[in-house]
Amino acid sequence: MTNTLHRYSEHYAVEPAPRPAPVRDDYIVFAMASKNINDDNLIEKYRAFLRLALKHNPVNIGDATKGGTIRPRSDMNPAAHWTREHRSDPQQVIDGVEGHTTVAAAFDNYPAMKAFVEELKSAGLGISINISAPMDDARRCCDETGIARHSVEYSLGFRGRVDKLPDATTLEISTMCGHGMISANFAKKMIDWVKENRRTPEEAVCYMARFCACGVFNPARAERIIRQACGLKG
Amino acid sequence: MRIDRDKCVACGNCVSICPMGAIHIDPKAERATVDQDECVECFACYRGMSKEHLNPTMVRAIRKAAKFFRFRFDPEPDICPTDAIAPQELAWPRIVRRAFSDPQVPHESTGIHGRGTAEVKTNDVTDRVKEGEAGFVVEFGRPGVGARFRDIERITTALADIGVEFEPSNPVTSLMRDRSRGLIREDILDEKILSAIVEIKTPLGEAPRVLKKIENLRREVDTVISIGVSTRCDAHGDDPLGAMLAREGYAAYRGKTNLGLGRVTVE
Repeated sequence: MTNTLHRYSEHYAVEPAPRPAPVRDDYIVFAMASKNINDDNLIEKYRAFLRLALKHNPVNIGDATKGGTIRPRSDMNPAAHWTREHRSDPQQVIDGVEGHTTVAAAFDNYPAMKAFVEELKSAGLGISINISAPMDDARRCCDETGIARHSVEYSLGFRGRVDKLPDATTLEISTMCGHGMISANFAKKMIDWVKENRRTPEEAVCYMARFCACGVFNPARAERIIRQACGLKG
Repeated sequence: MRIDRDKCVACGNCVSICPMGAIHIDPKAERATVDQDECVECFACYRGMSKEHLNPTMVRAIRKAAKFFRFRFDPEPDICPTDAIAPQELAWPRIVRRAFSDPQVPHESTGIHGRGTAEVKTNDVTDRVKEGEAGFVVEFGRPGVGARFRDIERITTALADIGVEFEPSNPVTSLMRDRSRGLIREDILDEKILSAIVEIKTPLGEAPRVLKKIENLRREVDTVISIGVSTRCDAHGDDPLGAMLAREGYAAYRGKTNLGLGRVTVE
């Protein structure tokens, strides 16, 4: 699945600006094992990846079969309207790894991502590791950590009935769940609710993060986008 | 997916949650209703919404009183207050919708959670795309528009005409009745899915021609298409694809980089 490949930014606008601003707060590193090739001791490899990630303060970690650090609950009660816990829980992601999946960590800054990659290189887990990010930053990370890139995959953006897509701000948020679980209508609603002062940007982001089924949604970038859209200071 | 009418209180939370916009509040019944033709069985509403288990009669009474006084209803926006969303038993061909829409259901043909294969994400151990080759992932319906297999077939047949090779373990390929012509099973052509990925491989030098073909076909479909293209780097980590895409005028700002840290560890 290409769940992190097509994250929208103005570089992919139908008519992009001459010099779109670089995205400096959205870096994903993920790991994937292959059956009968490197899936021995699989659970421990994935958990080691996630534990190493936590040392570098990711904004989210996730397991593609269970979700990220903020998840929905099926046992809510009416008091939740006033006492709801929005805190993320990375330990549930680590404990929940049960077998074949993809595990991922999202970072909101380059140095943290690079430090994590450096540590992964030393750890030698033996599973496939990928960076999903602006290609120049991924290249720079490889050069600075002494890694020769093995393969690359470029996103070329969207074609066809692009008139069916929502506005750019909404798209920038909703495409952070490549599986499409964060609907454009919901992202738009959350932006509007922040504008109306019905919710804070932090709360709006948590509501959306619960729908991401693999944990690659970047709450920090989403919050920055919402603040910009609502004219709020960061 | 369906909504249990005995439980639904028409709060409307699920309306904006649905990635396909397939849910609305029926004004006569005063209940949420799912348009079954538009629903792609992605389970975003069922799995993503948190659930309370309130008494529907009580909630309806409170809502009625609030509506009378025109109080603003301000619930938690990601909660179904009465646990009214209910999955239904899916039979063929509708079950195809879920396979291509719910990311937490592994596709039978690949064993992978998701809508495609591992592509170049595991290329360091599988060598799926070699130096001098280009791998394409052409995804229909993403982001957030959805697609029907009839649209996908328009492109796969056109791609087959120029002699591309469809990835054999890809879920869409597994649903083709004639791979050499890119024809998809007739009984699923009207099924709507959140997105599906067609994977093909060509010699690297053919990449501009294939991309041009896809560009020319973009008006043939009633959905959006997301395109990714990959290759293997040389021993120094360099790839000729990036420069080729820049020459052809494609935005290739973001992407995935396989670090080559995978190795065979199973004896």
